[in-house]
Amino acid sequence: MIRFFLTKLDLLIPTFIGVTIVAFGFIRLLPGDPILLLGGERGVSPERYAELQHQLGFDRHIIVQYFDFLTGVLQGDLGTSFSTKQPVMEEFLTLFPATVELSICAMIFATLIGLPAGILAAVKRGTAYDHTVMGISLTGYSMPIFWWGLLLIILFSGMLGWTPVSGRISFMFFFEPVTGFMLIDSLLSGQEGAFRSAVSHLILPTIVLGTIPMAVIARQTRSAMLEVLGEDYIRTARAKGLSPARIIGLHALRNALITVITVFGLQVGVLLAGAILTETIFSWPGVGKWIVDSIFRRDYQSVQGGLVLIACIVMVVNLLVDLTYGIVNPRIRR
Amino acid sequence: MINKAGAFALGLTMAAVLSAPAFAAKTLVFCSEGSPSGFNPQLYTDGTTFDASSRQIYNGLVEFERGTTKTRPSLATKWDVSDDGKEYTFHLRSGVKFHTTKTFTPSRDFNADDVMFSFRRQWDKNHPYHKVSGGTYEYFNGMSMPKLIKDIVKVDDMTVKFVLNRPEAPFIANMGMDFARVLSAEYADAMAKAGTMEKVDLEPVGTGPFQLVGYQKDAFIRFKAHPDYWEGKAPIDNLVFAITKDASVRYQKLKAGECHVMTYPNPADLDAMAKDPAVNLLSQEGLNVGYLAYNTMMKPFDDVRVRKALNMAVNKKAIIDAVFQGAGKIAKNPIPPTIWSYNEATVDDPYDPEAAKKLLAEAGVKDLKTSIWAMPVQRPYNPNARRMAELIQADWAKVGVKAEIVSFEWGEYLKRSKDKKRDGNVLLGWTGDNGDPDNFLAVLLGCDGVGGSNRANWCYKPFEDLIQKAKIVSDIAERTKLYEKAQIAFKEQAPWLTVAHSVVFKPVRKEVKDFKIDPFGGHIFYGVDLQ
Repeated sequence: MIRFFLTKLDLLIPTFIGVTIVAFGFIRLLPGDPILLLGGERGVSPERYAELQHQLGFDRHIIVQYFDFLTGVLQGDLGTSFSTKQPVMEEFLTLFPATVELSICAMIFATLIGLPAGILAAVKRGTAYDHTVMGISLTGYSMPIFWWGLLLIILFSGMLGWTPVSGRISFMFFFEPVTGFMLIDSLLSGQEGAFRSAVSHLILPTIVLGTIPMAVIARQTRSAMLEVLGEDYIRTARAKGLSPARIIGLHALRNALITVITVFGLQVGVLLAGAILTETIFSWPGVGKWIVDSIFRRDYQSVQGGLVLIACIVMVVNLLVDLTYGIVNPRIRR
Repeated sequence: MINKAGAFALGLTMAAVLSAPAFAAKTLVFCSEGSPSGFNPQLYTDGTTFDASSRQIYNGLVEFERGTTKTRPSLATKWDVSDDGKEYTFHLRSGVKFHTTKTFTPSRDFNADDVMFSFRRQWDKNHPYHKVSGGTYEYFNGMSMPKLIKDIVKVDDMTVKFVLNRPEAPFIANMGMDFARVLSAEYADAMAKAGTMEKVDLEPVGTGPFQLVGYQKDAFIRFKAHPDYWEGKAPIDNLVFAITKDASVRYQKLKAGECHVMTYPNPADLDAMAKDPAVNLLSQEGLNVGYLAYNTMMKPFDDVRVRKALNMAVNKKAIIDAVFQGAGKIAKNPIPPTIWSYNEATVDDPYDPEAAKKLLAEAGVKDLKTSIWAMPVQRPYNPNARRMAELIQADWAKVGVKAEIVSFEWGEYLKRSKDKKRDGNVLLGWTGDNGDPDNFLAVLLGCDGVGGSNRANWCYKPFEDLIQKAKIVSDIAERTKLYEKAQIAFKEQAPWLTVAHSVVFKPVRKEVKDFKIDPFGGHIFYGVDLQ
């Protein structure tokens, strides 16, 4: 198992270097000069331009700038944001818990609905239930997040008044963040009703962000289960007289899970991408929207720092997924 | 069963419960459009930051009267201008208290040291605070203050003198701008001693009507009313900015009562807002102008007849309808009607394609090929430059002028459009900084701006003489006459096609009282109440 882990880790180092190059290069390849954007219609005089270039270190050779960035990353220093003058790492860490909290809830929602729906659709293949699940999941998969979010807000918040429109907690409650996770902080605050308010604010964004992963998980589970259910050993298990619940739950699902776990890992990237839109609609203070805003401002330090951190997180999650394969199916370790 | 007396008692209890909020703290929630870049307005240039800092937390020596572009005394009770117009002496207000926060308790009232600190930090490159928090004072630089100010002198504890290198009548208006807010020198000293100089910009201490209580990026900003505010405590007790980036969501929050005031509504929602019984839809013309600048240095646009003809070929009414969807007004002058000295008497070039054709023929121009530059970004003065360019292109085609539409990334667009040898006509605009006509006429059309902010590259002596004279005269009535004449000269020479001034809409809930639209596009909550 340790050897398997080291092999996987070995691959991560070149990937990490590649990520830093892409993150550093990507934002610089985009047309647009941050200093000119800062000046806007008002403009920046040539003297002031040169002064700012020097101050921000943009007058150094690009390779020097890259190695400075890389050295900083390795030391945990991602530089200072050009627009807010704040350390990038600090900004990221302030916003990241909100994205993680939302993503975890969305993933739990997607799995709790998607997995059983997929299993049942496979077991009841060809029935009206199967068609309904597949129809809904196709619709969910093709739903534009922005439209879906607004639709839910108009219906549940605007017309029915069941859920709050946006934000993480009602403005009635105010406490200093401890963990950055609103569900935990609201409990720690001891304020009556704070936790309930935090939960009610999570409902719609969780549904919106979880819809696509839910649809993907349902479809993948169904097809994986169908494949496994046709295997000889399932027929043998049936012939042995095992109960359907035991056949599906123990023999079929465990093998089908390999595919589902892969999907799960890949969905982390999808979640982070979806978070950009979901965070915008629900005024959720996470990293997705922060990176997009930074791109528009050509805030080099924030974009490159944020991208490297997110890429590292996706790499770690995928490493964990790979390790999980080994646990679910020991043959993969060899 | 509840008897009548019981029901009456229950009714009284219910009434007491329901009326309880009337006695509770008044909290106004503002659905804002984004997070501020920081809390020191000297360091930034965006309105979102100013809303969260200069407009609530700080005061300047001079401020603009709420809802107007007129200056009024604030931390300075009055000022004297020397005869040569180069010395401005400000007499400071006494008894002004700074905020008391978790990290700082002021030991003295506001005085000249605070003014010296606030301006010297931006002006003096050797000031210990100059480089703190990035040290980019772009507005201060953009308004040419480093070149304008020769010295800043503390005359006594309650008097400060600004010595200028040249007479500059708009100086007082500049002092009303956001970068000219006053920070606490005592707080800065305390933070310097503690080795946490950045805190001055992150945990602000000002003299303004509200003080910062809490901020979470992209989520909220919380303020409470400054109890010792020198103009009297604000009618509301708490002010919350609910940061809500999407305009449709802001409207849903307003409808649901989750916020009282919202900013930047979607044009498509305006009809519904106007009909909404819970909402007052306020509107005012914006302090801006959208224009198409000809390059008057290049042929055939150096000929005023060609420029006039092209102006006459454009149906501006159609542009206002299609591009602004009603949220705009045809512009005839290069300054908006909300600015003093706006000349009502000037006559706009009429929409007359036949006359335009004749004028082009008279100028000897045939089969003209040119280009229209369309901005890649949305701006209040031009919400859809591409669409505007298409409409102008179609209008010009009717008089035999073929125009190609080009666009570049915003930074590149701004850079390339300054080129004196630029081929083509540039769509651009301007939002005023200080409500002074000089801020439009000198910046955008003065000879100093050629090859820079003067996109028409138009340097016309009669016009230049008028605006230069207006810079050194301090009498408003005299300046008004000069600017009115300058607008006539502009109109005769037509270096621009003046297109539109936007109309700003501000939806507020009915319970909000005394909210006034700020012509500078800001949001000022001192003086606003809730019923």
